[in-house]
Amino acid sequence: MRTLIFASRNTKEILRDLITLIFGLGFPLVLMVLLSAINASIPESAAEATKLFQIQNLAPGISVFGLSFISLFSAMLISKDRTTSFILRLFTSPLKASQFILGYTLPLVPLALIQTAVCYIAALFLGLEINLNTLLAIVVNIPIALVFIALGLLFGTMFNEKAVGGICGALLTNLSAWFSNIWFDTALVGGWFETLSNLMPFVHAVMAARYAVSGEFSEIMPELWWVIGYAVILLCVSVAVFTVKMKRNK
Amino acid sequence: MFAIKTIDLTKKYKEKTAVDSLNLTVNKGELYALLGVNGAGKSTTIKMLSCLVPPTGGDALLLDSSVKKDSQKVKQRINVSPQETAVALKLSVRENLELIAGIYGFNKKESAEKAQKLIEKFDMHEIAKDRASTLSGGWQRRLSIAMALITDPEILFLDEPTLGLDVLARRELWAQIEKLKGKMTIILTTHYLEEAEALSDRIGIMAKGRLKAEGTVAELKGLAGTDDFEEVFVRIAGEDF
Repeated sequence: MRTLIFASRNTKEILRDLITLIFGLGFPLVLMVLLSAINASIPESAAEATKLFQIQNLAPGISVFGLSFISLFSAMLISKDRTTSFILRLFTSPLKASQFILGYTLPLVPLALIQTAVCYIAALFLGLEINLNTLLAIVVNIPIALVFIALGLLFGTMFNEKAVGGICGALLTNLSAWFSNIWFDTALVGGWFETLSNLMPFVHAVMAARYAVSGEFSEIMPELWWVIGYAVILLCVSVAVFTVKMKRNK
Repeated sequence: MFAIKTIDLTKKYKEKTAVDSLNLTVNKGELYALLGVNGAGKSTTIKMLSCLVPPTGGDALLLDSSVKKDSQKVKQRINVSPQETAVALKLSVRENLELIAGIYGFNKKESAEKAQKLIEKFDMHEIAKDRASTLSGGWQRRLSIAMALITDPEILFLDEPTLGLDVLARRELWAQIEKLKGKMTIILTTHYLEEAEALSDRIGIMAKGRLKAEGTVAELKGLAGTDDFEEVFVRIAGEDF
């Protein structure tokens, strides 16, 4: 009950930060519309080279990229709390570390699902066929949403508000863009770049979502296990770091 | 009957001793002010008593529960109004109050009733729906104290409650604190000597992590041999006392 009450407060804090919310939800959609428009004006002879921008590939990619802003939401919320005395009030309350983490995480999961759903609804107007596979693609995004939430918890616990803006707002969104196969095929770059991309969770999350949309079900789990692994490890690390910080009262 | 009893309570940060073998007793229903210059150990003492940081030595019993062994039990029975205003800025006044009540385990109905009571007690009717971020410093501080009171704590820690407030806002808060006297045990830290003099039943003066002297205002004046309370503080907190 305490966790839900705290989660409800966090939901209100996020939803009432309209600028962050509009930017986080709107920016990926603008990108999708722009890239679809560019893709529409590319001659058919070059279509093979730009197949990443075809809506059935672009929408799953953008849905994953959009979730990187969830890190920004969670990190900003925690770092803001940490820089005010409000967190001291909460630390002197009977809330336990696990309830804090759950309270910060719970509001972000539905928000991530809504964001993914909005992305696919927008893609419907850009020519994507919506069917049961789309629902599966939304579910497939849950592990990468947890990865981004955990990263937000971690950075928000470790850094101040200014640093968090840079790390989550710029660095993380860029990392998840470059190493994800959304904008370009990492295999075309090859070498260490491709290896590094394959070691990170982003490319696997994008591929899993694309397989879900295209109905290649047997291909989903081999990609998704990577992401689930990252989600579990990062959540454990963020809980551990938060607990240590809470005990040190920082 | 004591509400707080510290037994050689000590906090060390590496080589620095912030609080050194503090032995302090505060009676139930008493308003006890803790005075000291910056770095005297007041805030660290409050942090240990409110279970924010663990002691490195000794212990403190709050209502017979140890801050080391029963911190959850202690947390349920105390509340803190931190030094800076501690409110959720994007929540309304009513939402802030209900949030704290909920976190301490009160159900929705109880939380709503308690919030309404506090809104009336602190004359916050007109701003009940306003977001905390839109309130003046004085109203934010009032809300912060109301949030500490909504759980009916048996021990209330007020850490610099009037810091940065103008004279009128400070006097209004004093009046609110006066009304609480006797209903709960209050530990007040402040840099305003006249605040401690006006509100406290007893005062403890700390310096370099140690309790240099404690007593009523009259006792401390007698101890220092002067009627000027600022001079009392200077003499006791100073090096040579």
